[in-house]
Amino acid sequence: MSNTAFIQYLDLAAGLVLVCAFVVLWRHGLVPIVRALTIQGVALAGVALELGIHEHAPELYFVAILVLAVKGVVLPTILLRIVRSSEETREIEPMVNVPASLLAAAALTLLAYATTRDIVALDPSPQTKAIPVGVAVCLIGFFVLVTRRKAVTQIVGFLLLDNGIALVAFLATAGVPLIVELGVALDVLLAVFILQVLTARMRAKFGAMDLNQLRELHD
Amino acid sequence: MPTLAVAVPLLTLSAAALIALAGWRAVTAWVGPLTAAGVTAGGITLAIHVLDQGPVTALDGLIRVDALSAFMVIVIGLIAMIAGIYGVAYVRTELENAHTTAVGARIYGTFVQLFVAAMLAVVLTDNLGVMWVAVEGTTIATAFLVGHRRTRASLEASWKYVVICSVGVALAFLGTVLVYYASLHAGGGDAATLDWTTLLQNADRLDPGVMRLAVGLLVLGYGTKVGLAPVHTWLPDAHSQAPAPVSALMSGVQLPVVFYAVLRYKTIADIALGPDYLRGLLLTAALLSLAVAASLLLAQRDYKRLLAYHSIEHMGLVAFGTAIGGPLAIGAVLLHILGHGVVKAIVFCSSGEILFASGTTQVSGVRGLLARTPVVGATFGLGVLALLGFPPFSLFASELAIARAGVSAGLSWAVAIAFLLALVVFVAAIDHAKHMLLGDPPVDIDAHRTSAVAAVPLIAGLAVVAALGVSIWPIERLLAAAAKAVTG
Repeated sequence: MSNTAFIQYLDLAAGLVLVCAFVVLWRHGLVPIVRALTIQGVALAGVALELGIHEHAPELYFVAILVLAVKGVVLPTILLRIVRSSEETREIEPMVNVPASLLAAAALTLLAYATTRDIVALDPSPQTKAIPVGVAVCLIGFFVLVTRRKAVTQIVGFLLLDNGIALVAFLATAGVPLIVELGVALDVLLAVFILQVLTARMRAKFGAMDLNQLRELHD
Repeated sequence: MPTLAVAVPLLTLSAAALIALAGWRAVTAWVGPLTAAGVTAGGITLAIHVLDQGPVTALDGLIRVDALSAFMVIVIGLIAMIAGIYGVAYVRTELENAHTTAVGARIYGTFVQLFVAAMLAVVLTDNLGVMWVAVEGTTIATAFLVGHRRTRASLEASWKYVVICSVGVALAFLGTVLVYYASLHAGGGDAATLDWTTLLQNADRLDPGVMRLAVGLLVLGYGTKVGLAPVHTWLPDAHSQAPAPVSALMSGVQLPVVFYAVLRYKTIADIALGPDYLRGLLLTAALLSLAVAASLLLAQRDYKRLLAYHSIEHMGLVAFGTAIGGPLAIGAVLLHILGHGVVKAIVFCSSGEILFASGTTQVSGVRGLLARTPVVGATFGLGVLALLGFPPFSLFASELAIARAGVSAGLSWAVAIAFLLALVVFVAAIDHAKHMLLGDPPVDIDAHRTSAVAAVPLIAGLAVVAALGVSIWPIERLLAAAAKAVTG
């Protein structure tokens, strides 16, 4: 792969990761939201694959397959199961409406560029110049966590944050050491699995997945 | 010796497997405490070896034991022993009262061992990425333990716990990635690394701009799990809803084990950025935590939440001592971690007995403990006094040393604020404890007998902390060496 083609494909994949984060904010239905997250996972695997080809690192092919399996297949399947097992398939009333959310996300993207100047300055290369995109996805993930009240959308926010960090890791250092990569994938998988079990128990107890139900514990 | 360093976490893992396979029976119930005793013995052996011959490494440098790691292994082992022995009595009562089932007990036993194994991995590994994986592992292992009772409230607590802690710790992972990135460009021809030892050697060449961002994220991320304000909100819920022995482990060891990660990064950050940056961050978090604990303790009506806020106060003090820095303050911080851990475990275990005896977690529902259940009343009362810093308990010595170190570091104003807030906590806690311990016991409550199995570890633990308050001679060298590992 020539260098310009590499840069083009890399920017395309990184851009797709960011676009998917915006789609999560834009859509109301829980199924399209999960679908956006699936595409984001595939794009992330694409980033790993391109880096593997570019840097002739066979280890990254393995990581790409791992990312594709975990973020592109297993996690979306778990999320879809949570969505399908409840009658409600829409995020009914986000605390911030869609146009305002999209504007906030645009502002967060600018903020990401401002805060990562030191990181890019250390080693300005095509890869590191895309790091702000990863940080923007993290910030949007945070925004989703704070403003959405469904159990599923909270998990989606957490996974957006996680995908953003993974993108930063790929772009900055072509990923973390393999043992850490495996451990992180396992941790995220188990955390989401636990949240799935808790959602099922919550539905049995509260009859809903709305987190506004969670107000027993306070001071 | 390298074999022993690997064997310690493996022992706990095999205990988890054993309980998972054989279930919670009269015999397997004792596997937990026995394993904890093995961990403590292993920690002591490692400490003696490390003090004489320097750090031990194993598995290609993935595991590295220095004085600080060995000290933390001993802390984990001791408190797991207290919580483990008490846990035998606790689960027996829960089964008798039909609050849990054989399956529930099996899950409980397995996850407690996995939890301890994850904590051991945090303090034994040299790789900061693996350390992160293990920290998140402690969240995963405890998620179902927090929700063990399956009530509405415990479900709410475990949801908040998993979401807030996973998100918080994710920020620490971003920080870890940035440290890795900085190490790639540290020059000197080394490839990128997350090995603490190598990072420490190259610390003066790490890019300050990137490190500033990384350390900020790491303190915020791990701080969430340590329960430092303003990211402490999950802690009172989780610690008050978990079964008593689990609260003991979470409050007594999990918080300091996560703080251990901050201590490791402090050594690197102080060289890469100078001491002022991390000091500023920790000082802010510490004073804020003390303020939050003081203000919320005053009006608190639930005694388990009371103890949880008390943990926030003590983690605030630990962060405060770390912010001061220097061998005296760090040594005091480590002694405080040990003293607070053991005493908090005792008090949480006592609270389990109080709940059995009175059937409520409300302070107002508990009267005349000293007259009704003298042993538990005494361990709870003495434990609270120890937590408030009364001599002869070791927390008195460590708080005094932190204050002294603070004054000599020119932070008298901060010491004044911190101890003023601690005074508010003192008054509030004494008031609540007085209500619970004294007065006439209600007559119509059927007695819950505290078994010897439950009482012995609590009394023995208090004796250890009191002895350490009189003289720290047995661990003096270890504390000094561990503090030196932090201060460099």
